[in-house]
Parts: sequence; C-alpha cells; structure tokens
Amino acid sequence: MLPTTSKTQRTIAAVLAALVFLGASTTTDQKRLSIYSSVANYTLLVTDRQGREYVGLLEVLEPLGRITARIEGQHWKMRFNNTDADFVSGKTRAKVRGRDLDLSSAFLIENSRGLVPLSSLSTLLQRFLGNPVNFHESARRLFIGDIATQVTAQLDSSTPPRLVLNFTAPVNPTISTEPGKLKMVFGREALIPPANNPLAFESTTISQANFSESNGTAELTIAATAPLMASFSNNGRTITVAATRQASAPSAGTPPVAGELPASESPPAPPIAPAPASSETPPESAPVRRPLAIVDPAHGGTERGAALSEVLAEKNVTLGFGRLLRHELERQGFAVMLLREGDDSLTLDQRAGAANAARALIYIGLHATSEGNGVRVYTALLPREGPDRGPFHAWNAAQTHSLPLSQSIAVAIVSELQKREFSARGLAASLRPLNNLVVPAVAVELAPGPNGVSDLPSANYQQKAAAAIADAVALQRPSLEVHP
Amino acid sequence: MIPRHLTLGVAVLLVIVLSMGIYLNRMRRTADEMQRLAADTRPVAAPAAGPTETVTLYVADDVIGSLRSQSAQIPLPGGRQQRAEELLRALLRIYQQPDSPHPLAATAEIRSIYLVDPGVAVIDLNAAFADQHRSSILGEQLTVNSLVETLAANVPGITRVRILVDGNTRETLAGHADLSEFFDVNAIGQAVTQGGQ
Repeated sequence: MLPTTSKTQRTIAAVLAALVFLGASTTTDQKRLSIYSSVANYTLLVTDRQGREYVGLLEVLEPLGRITARIEGQHWKMRFNNTDADFVSGKTRAKVRGRDLDLSSAFLIENSRGLVPLSSLSTLLQRFLGNPVNFHESARRLFIGDIATQVTAQLDSSTPPRLVLNFTAPVNPTISTEPGKLKMVFGREALIPPANNPLAFESTTISQANFSESNGTAELTIAATAPLMASFSNNGRTITVAATRQASAPSAGTPPVAGELPASESPPAPPIAPAPASSETPPESAPVRRPLAIVDPAHGGTERGAALSEVLAEKNVTLGFGRLLRHELERQGFAVMLLREGDDSLTLDQRAGAANAARALIYIGLHATSEGNGVRVYTALLPREGPDRGPFHAWNAAQTHSLPLSQSIAVAIVSELQKREFSARGLAASLRPLNNLVVPAVAVELAPGPNGVSDLPSANYQQKAAAAIADAVALQRPSLEVHP
Repeated sequence: MIPRHLTLGVAVLLVIVLSMGIYLNRMRRTADEMQRLAADTRPVAAPAAGPTETVTLYVADDVIGSLRSQSAQIPLPGGRQQRAEELLRALLRIYQQPDSPHPLAATAEIRSIYLVDPGVAVIDLNAAFADQHRSSILGEQLTVNSLVETLAANVPGITRVRILVDGNTRETLAGHADLSEFFDVNAIGQAVTQGGQ
C-alpha cells in the first residue's frame, strides 16, 4: 500500500523505498569510466580483476556502432561495423583488423562478456574506430575524436562581482554549494581543463576557479567569500555565478561578508543554487532542481530478458538505449535518473520504489524485442482492485490516478515517432512496474527497423527513437508539471 | 528325382516361415507405435462423445499484432469446467500447428481450469507453456488476451482470470506479462477493442 495524503506517511514510505533502492544498488562507490563521442556520451562500471581495472568491450562499443560477438572455445570473436577481432581468454595478444595488438594484461571472458584492461582501451578504440582517442586514464575519462568541451571564464567586476563561464557546448552540471565553495560536477559533458588551471581572479569575493577530474567526472569548484548562486543562459552554454546576500540575516556579532548586496540589488537572473559562505550558517547542499524523469532500462544482471539474437540480450540493448534517452531528455532540460547504470539486478519492486520515492514527473521503462518492427508504447493494464483504503492506494493499482495522463503521453510519443517514420503503436499491457507507479508511466519496446534485428543495438536507430521520445515528453511537460 | 512328399513339405515350411516373418514385422510395428504414443505428452483430442458446438476463439496473430476472432466447431462436454478446458485446448491446438500465426511449444499444455464462484477462472498451464514461450511484451500479452477473451466469450459469468504455471504462482509468463495478479476481463476486453490487441 502506498500513502497519498498523509505527509508523514509519505515521507516514511519515500525514505524506506529510497533505502531499499540504495541498499540494493552498490553503484555509489564503484569505479566508473566515462566515454565521450560525437554519437553518445555514456558511463560504464569498471571492475577490478587480478589487481587491474577492466571493462566490458561489448558495452564500450555498443553505443558506437553495430556489434556482434560469439564465443568459440577460448576465443571471443567479435565484429564491430566492418572490423573483425579475435580475443583469446587469458592472453594479452589480440587480433584486430588482421593485425596483432598488445592488451598489456590478459583478456578475460566472464559470463559470455569479454573484459579488456582499461589501459588498453586507447589503442583498441583507435584500431576499431580509426579516430584519435584521448584517454585521461587516472580520471577514467575517454574522449573519441574532436569532442572536447572547453570553458572560458570572465570576471565581471561590477558590484557584486559575477563570474561568467562560457562553454563551447551546452552543459548541465549538478551544482551544489558548501561554505566558501560552489561545485559543478559534469558527469556526461566532455569538459577539459581550461588553459591556465586553476583560474585566479582579482577579486576578494570570487577568488579562484579550479578544474579537477576523477572517477569519470569533471568538477569545477569556484572559491568565494560570499554566498554564490548560479544561473543558466544561452541554451545551457553559459553559467553565470554571482555573489548574493546571505540566505539568512546575519546574527549580531557576525562580521560583514565582503560583497554582500542589499536585497533590492539582487541580480535579475533566477537564483538556482544560493548557499551560505559564512561559517556561522549551517552548511547546506543545494542541488539545482530540474524536472526529474526516470529512465528504467529493463532487465539486467542475471535476468537477460529476451534473446534478441545468438549473442544479443535485451538487457544490453535497453541499457544503451537508456543512456541515449537520458542524453536526449537532458537536452530538453530534464534531470534524469537512470535506474541502472550497468549490468545490475533490480527487482520490479525496487524499480517502482525508487521511482515513487524520487517523485519524478515521468517514468519511462525501456524494453526491446526481435519480433515485429518499429516501436510500441505501453501504458498499464490495471488489475481489478478494491477501492483505495483511506490515504493508501493498492500497490498493484497505484497507477490508477495517473493513467489518463500516462495515456496522453503515450499518444504523444507514438505521434512523434510516426513523424520520424517509425512504425509506432500505443497499447495497454499487464507489465510491471507500471501498475505500481504513482507518477505518469509508460514503457517503450524497441523492435527492429528496416535493417532487421541488427538495428536494435545500432546507436543511430536508438538515437532517432530516443530523440522522438524526449521531444514528445518535452511537449507534455506543462501537463506533467500541473499533475498532482 | 525328389520325392513329391518332400517338395510339398518344403513348400509348406516356406509358407510358414513367410507368414511368421510378416506376423513378426506387424508385431514390431505395433510395439513401436505403442511406445511412440506413450512418449507423446500432448493433450488428447477433445472427447468425440460430446455434442459439437460452434464457438468463437480469439486467436493471436503476430503479423498484425492483435487478436482475430475465428469460429470453430468442437465437441464440448456439458460441464462448465470441462467445457472451458476443451475450449482452451482447441485454441492451443491452433497455436501448435506448423503454420500457426502465434507459435507455442508443442509440449505446451493446459493442465486444468478451475471455475470458482463468483466469476473467477483459474487457468493452470504446464511449465513448458511458460518456459518455452517467446519473450516480448506484445507476444506474451497476446497469449494472455487470447486465453482470457476466448474463455470469457464462451463461458458466461467469468469476470476475473488468474493464470498459474504447474499449479504455482509465477511472476511473469516469459519475462514481461505479469501473472502475479488477476486479469480483469472487462479491462482486457477494452484493451483488445481500443488498442486492437
């Protein structure tokens, strides 16, 4: 049963669900590799084997092109676009494009997955893609081709001082504040360090901007002696960081903060992340709030989903598709929670619990099939349940109140897909966790395109579908935002 | 010169040997056939003793991705429960034909159907039905819709349907269609009508 009106009950349920989800997910402290390319930016989990860092080669290449793989005894043979490769379990030598290549550590086969050492990725990808690859190995950030996003900073010495950060591509960092600092974490942006890092400014209020990178992310930290706030403009290409007055009035005896403004002189840009710089005020993290969308790549871990071909499992296609949809939704101004970032096992109850606790605007479940063609969009086919009991909904019919809006969104997605020449249909299905979600929820099933099953892992095909879905959801955003 | 009685004796013996050979061959064929029939676990044909009736079967079609109604004449016993079982077995036989529009495993079986008042039907499938079912949202939903719609159309009074596998609850049919709940006959009927499923 799920609470709906009692605030305390709702809070308890949300905390419990979040704990269940967080308990099941061990991704927070895991090593990550971020890959940036012109096709997609994505993050993969890194595993330690024999004291070295490894990553699944199929997962690395999947968003970048068409890939098939098969196991023959100790050999793991794969074809990426038109390139054939042969890896041997336990051997450091591999054959790519008919030429030998040294992997620096042994190639491993685990549960049909081919694992390659992280240190060999740069050479391997250059051989497969033919593009220059720049690997920041200590930070686990890999750049394919000319993809880097650069940042320039300019301090406006007006009162109060404002730091204008201009990026060469739209960015959507997670912003938080600590006393004396404003941090921007760039998870999926190919941000590289500015020419003179750290950047020093001739201001006592905003003194420095420091770039750092680790574990697949880049971070820009602005040091200041006053509370800062950030605002976006220029379609996400410009972030303006400005000093502002403190969130609470200083108590008697608190020393004045340099650069503090009277309320009437607050900058016109909407405040996004105000936070205290004074040590007198309790430190508080204030992440930027954007409408949240949940993207749920179905299956994962031991649950492979449908066998789409001899080597292609549904769980792998949904994960790649999920990453692309996340990227497209972020471009539309949504914050996105991907329910699984790697080959993780999540139960249907955990997925529903996480989505309900996050209080997202929308949930989008992703599936794939080798049957039929085009894309199918599903809404819940609810079982017959009794009436709600007081403030609680029946768990298996929690979707009841959101179903009309879910159906409108499904219609919008189908329409947008059809505009882009997909064969698309809207249907109802007894498919969990749709029933258990209180937020508007749809499931999308990707079926083969004109090239058959080989379309399913294709980044181009997935990208086209993801863009249509994101555009439809963005069109429905006003309805989603007024939905209780 | 061979004596006449010896020639006749040899001829009689030859006829006896030939007859025994033919008889033994027949015996072996019968034994093979009995062994083959014993190994065949498919449900037996509907009882020929019941009166033949015209019924409407809702048959899933993978090409069009929806159900189509199909009339069939099948012998049906008088009892509601046996009637329901024979109906779904007739439906299953269509899916097990070589040119089936929605192929199901040859070893798939409707074990039994329980009708519980008021308006509840419980369909018990064998494990092969679910284990060998193709995994996809639409494919699995079509199977569920086909079973529920066929039952509801021909056995009056059914409002809710539950599907078990080998007598036990199962989370999904083949990874997607939720089997943990009762299916609402009206809701499935509406989905079939509106969504063309």
